Amino acid sequence: MISVLKSGLMTTIQDTGRYGYQKDGVIVSGAMDPLAHRIANLLLGNSADAATMEITLMGPVLEFQEDAFIAICGGNLTPMIDGDSVSMWKPLYIKKGSELRFGQPKKGFRTYLSIAGGFQVRKVMGSSSTYLRANMGGFDGRTLEKGDQLRFGHLDSQPQHLKEQLKTVDKALSFKEASWFVGPEFTNYTKNDQPIRVMPGREFDLFTEQSKEDFFNGPFQIDSKSDRMGYRLNGTALNLENKKDIVSEAVTFGTIQVPPDGNPILLLADHQTTGGYPKIGQVASIDLPRIAQMRPGESVSFSPITHEEAQRLLLEKEKNLKQLQRGIETKLR
Amino acid sequence: MNISIHPLGDQALLIDFGESINEETNQQVRQAAAKLDEQKPKWMIEYIPAFSTLTILYNPFYIAKQIQISPKEILPYEWARTEVLTLLSQSSSYYSEERTIEIPVCYGGEWGPDLSFVASHNSMSEEEVIDTHMKGNYLVYMIGFAPGFPYIGGMDKKIAAPRRDDPRLSIPSGSVGIAGEQTGVYPIETPGGWQLIGRTPLKLFEPDKDEPSLLQAGDRIRFTRIDKAEYDQLKEGGQ
Repeated sequence: MISVLKSGLMTTIQDTGRYGYQKDGVIVSGAMDPLAHRIANLLLGNSADAATMEITLMGPVLEFQEDAFIAICGGNLTPMIDGDSVSMWKPLYIKKGSELRFGQPKKGFRTYLSIAGGFQVRKVMGSSSTYLRANMGGFDGRTLEKGDQLRFGHLDSQPQHLKEQLKTVDKALSFKEASWFVGPEFTNYTKNDQPIRVMPGREFDLFTEQSKEDFFNGPFQIDSKSDRMGYRLNGTALNLENKKDIVSEAVTFGTIQVPPDGNPILLLADHQTTGGYPKIGQVASIDLPRIAQMRPGESVSFSPITHEEAQRLLLEKEKNLKQLQRGIETKLR
Repeated sequence: MNISIHPLGDQALLIDFGESINEETNQQVRQAAAKLDEQKPKWMIEYIPAFSTLTILYNPFYIAKQIQISPKEILPYEWARTEVLTLLSQSSSYYSEERTIEIPVCYGGEWGPDLSFVASHNSMSEEEVIDTHMKGNYLVYMIGFAPGFPYIGGMDKKIAAPRRDDPRLSIPSGSVGIAGEQTGVYPIETPGGWQLIGRTPLKLFEPDKDEPSLLQAGDRIRFTRIDKAEYDQLKEGGQ
């Protein structure tokens, strides 16, 4: 069990999302940064869809009531155990009675805490993800609060090798880290130094030539009113050549739609299932983790990518992740 | 059939059955969805039907594995597109038995605070608004916006009313409202600008049920009138 001593800014339980019910109007939710969520699970031998804790900017304070294996992946929100700084992107062993807290956020916006066996909450419609607006799923359908007690599961096959290696903790220390970690080719995406790649949306050609140019020239500033549903973007207003009523149709994680005021909205994990605004673009899936690590107030710019190229890069990325998974599995055995 | 298929990002495709909102096009969307229900293709994650489109989320990694067996170098999108075209060209034994769902509504009073506005806006009496609302031939075109929220077509334009200038911060679940030429029922408590004319004791969305949404695309709806006592009784019975 883990006790929440302080809640943090917005801390929720998430997994890979709630699929299969969008036809009923139920949004997918799930981790905003699917890459960090997945690697955090891989590092412990969890299944990729095990529930993790999504921590936003200002982290919680957690007290471990029992020994546990954990990993912290995503944005660097300065994790510390009993006052000592802790490495990210690697498995660690934490002793009963230790306290995990977060300091000044250094880089990125969200981080994921995974635990061997996964966080245990009642699944709703097949998923542990929190859907805040409907008060559904996750921990009682809400963000974590002071006093909450979190359960976690136990792996059928514990990562034995790692366990032996890590459990030899010096009595004076509260935790021990693995000697290896995930390489920067997988983890350096949290720095915001490249434009986000976007393929044209279904209504791209309905925008004026000027607006099409403005969209890719950018930059846009992420509005402070942004949330898990979407980033509101402020910049040059984008206009349609001719006003047109769009019939509502499905949108997805990464769809960029433009309401009548001309300021685009980039839809994220908690997006509605359907939308009726013209869609100027769609973020390539490989760049969604980068988007999720951007903070309100930051600037974002877009560069064009074809649909074919986006899909090819996605398949390539998956191959690399499978390779990473095999590498980690060898370490854990 | 005049359909076209488009990518929606790199993990979904959209089948477009035509631009306008009408029952025939919507019927085609539902037929295609029924075929997918029948065949449950392994490469599909889920589908989302709308007014005149059907969007399919597919698993590009699963498809990539399939393609390896075949000698051709094609993208998962192209592969899925061909699968969809084949599926759509097959004749279907699909026959939808039309469901009519009755929605009892307690009109006016504290639960329909905007009934008088809708009446005066259309120079009608409140009773005439209620009568007209009950007489409509309603079709659920799609579910979207919120869990279990039905997009309903078929309301008589005579009782159309603009959205409120100042949206309410919280509209209770079960509220029945009018916005423009549409009528709708709120399945969960949410902010909104609809003109509220009544409330139903029915639960439109129950996350713990196998079929969490009471209404499905293609359902016919009939609104019936109940009084406060019946409302309370039904509400209690449902809990």
